[in-house]
Amino acid sequence: MLLKGEGIAREFIRVSGGSNRFTAVQDTDIELHGGQLTVLSGRSGSGKTTLLNMLSGLLPPTRGRVLLDGEDIYSLNDAKLSRLRNRKLGVVPQGQTAIHSLTVRENILLPCTLYGNADAADEEYAASLMERLDIAALASVRPAELSGGELRRMAIARAMIRHPEVIFADEPTGDLDDENTAVVFEFLRSAAGDGAAVLVVSHEAAAADYADRRLTMTKGEIAEM
Amino acid sequence: MSLAFKNLRGKPVRTAVLVILTVLLALTVFAGTLTVSSLRSGLGSLENRLGAEVMVVPYEATTKKSFENILLQGSTGYFYMDKSVYDKISKTEGIGRISEQFYLASTSSGCCSIPVQIIGIDPETDFTVQPWIKKSFDKPLGDCDIVVGNDLNAFVGDTLQFYGTDCRVAAKLEKTGTSFDTTVFTNESTIRKMIRASIDKGLNNFKDIDPEQVVSCVMIDPAEGYTADDVVNDINLHIKKVRAVRTKEMISGVSDSLSGVSRIVGILIFAVWVLGGVILLLAFTMSVNERRKEFAVLRVIGASRGRLARTVMAEALTVGVTGSLIGIGLGLLIMLPFANAVEGLLSMPYLLPDIWSIAAIACAAAAAAIVTGAAAAAVSAYRISRLDTGVILRGDN
Repeated sequence: MLLKGEGIAREFIRVSGGSNRFTAVQDTDIELHGGQLTVLSGRSGSGKTTLLNMLSGLLPPTRGRVLLDGEDIYSLNDAKLSRLRNRKLGVVPQGQTAIHSLTVRENILLPCTLYGNADAADEEYAASLMERLDIAALASVRPAELSGGELRRMAIARAMIRHPEVIFADEPTGDLDDENTAVVFEFLRSAAGDGAAVLVVSHEAAAADYADRRLTMTKGEIAEM
Repeated sequence: MSLAFKNLRGKPVRTAVLVILTVLLALTVFAGTLTVSSLRSGLGSLENRLGAEVMVVPYEATTKKSFENILLQGSTGYFYMDKSVYDKISKTEGIGRISEQFYLASTSSGCCSIPVQIIGIDPETDFTVQPWIKKSFDKPLGDCDIVVGNDLNAFVGDTLQFYGTDCRVAAKLEKTGTSFDTTVFTNESTIRKMIRASIDKGLNNFKDIDPEQVVSCVMIDPAEGYTADDVVNDINLHIKKVRAVRTKEMISGVSDSLSGVSRIVGILIFAVWVLGGVILLLAFTMSVNERRKEFAVLRVIGASRGRLARTVMAEALTVGVTGSLIGIGLGLLIMLPFANAVEGLLSMPYLLPDIWSIAAIACAAAAAAIVTGAAAAAVSAYRISRLDTGVILRGDN
């Protein structure tokens, strides 16, 4: 499995209708290989999240292509790209991203129930994910009753439920203590060990201990560390 | 269980507000339309029941409005003119069918079982009342037989007393939505007997009349080749102390009132519809806006733009169907049992349409409420389907 960004760049307009354009990500080439955990770091506003969103099919680049096993994912129509995201890509966005009307278990199974019903294997895998992330006791609880760390672990489990080929995690340990941070990185490390390509955006110094490859971004430009 | 349903269940207060708005919308459209429809049915029923194109009554009965009040408002009363008038009218040119009627009001004193309007007909010549009471009683009215209106608390086989005359209830009429629902019909000889008894008991304002020599009203249908106007003009020109009126003219006041009520109800329905639509639009917009990040998360896990729109629309349709069913149910609970109260309140002929028409109005009202909710949600659904996931996820952090 290979996810490849070819010359991808993203520009934004700061003032609506004006010509004040700025480039969040400069023309960038990047490859994510199966079985590899890549850590991307850099200062706030350096373009890390924009790059992650482009690679995960959430934000079309202004220029360039994103190829998954040779197929340009942005050449797909929205329905097909959405299905691809659902089947092959797992994303842990920044911040709290729970659906508040659902329980923890329902949130985790949501990618499975979005286009059908969760089967027994999905239920079993959800249970094991909750066990490993230490949120099993919260399965029937609604997000409003969870702490920031618990919500983050729930989001990680949700990203993992479809056994994605590529996992994107944007500051996945931002709300966690050291012990839980280690749990999450070990978890992502084991996902890479199972063959997934993992891209983690993180400021954590500890992230380096789990990385196969380290990248840094400065003003929209990416560089190996 | 669908995500839309879970979203609604997860926010009970928001859902309740949306459902209540839809209930009010469906209830107003249903109740308002049913009211107007019932008034129209009532007017149609009144036109049919009056049954003659021209009526001739004593002149005083028209100036004091007692005639119209009896037939249109459900008041009780009586008036008489000399029987010779009937003979004169019979000889007038252009008369086709002609029949006489006799009016008497019973009292609440001991001589009468109930205070009602009593109308006597001549079974030999009557062409206005018998055709429509045929459904309930397909025989000529015998002496001391009465047919009672639908709203009267009397049943076939009961005996009611009017001015000392015991009368057997031979039939009970179907609902007409008019003053005839509280009227008792009998034949000419029975009502003459009652009029005589009312005079003897000092309970009739016309103390000096001979019941055998008076009539209250003459009902006329013009002969072929003549119009109601021809007959009315001829009678009013040549016969003194009476007034001929076209029935259509008489009920034109009711028709005008009906138009007024219809207009007011129509404006009310429109206002509630527009207001409900605007509030639903705002409610759905607020509801979707406060969940922008949740919709962005759905995009992250693989929901297509169409799926997001369908989720919003499914929520709107669930709310719409639930609210409409409750609204229509409430409307039926209010409008059906209290039809008589509404009739009394409006003082106009009021007849609920048949079950199929009520069902059609209910379906139309439900559809109006559901479509309004769906249209209001469609704006939000479109906006949420255009959502820029990356920007929202960044912007909310």
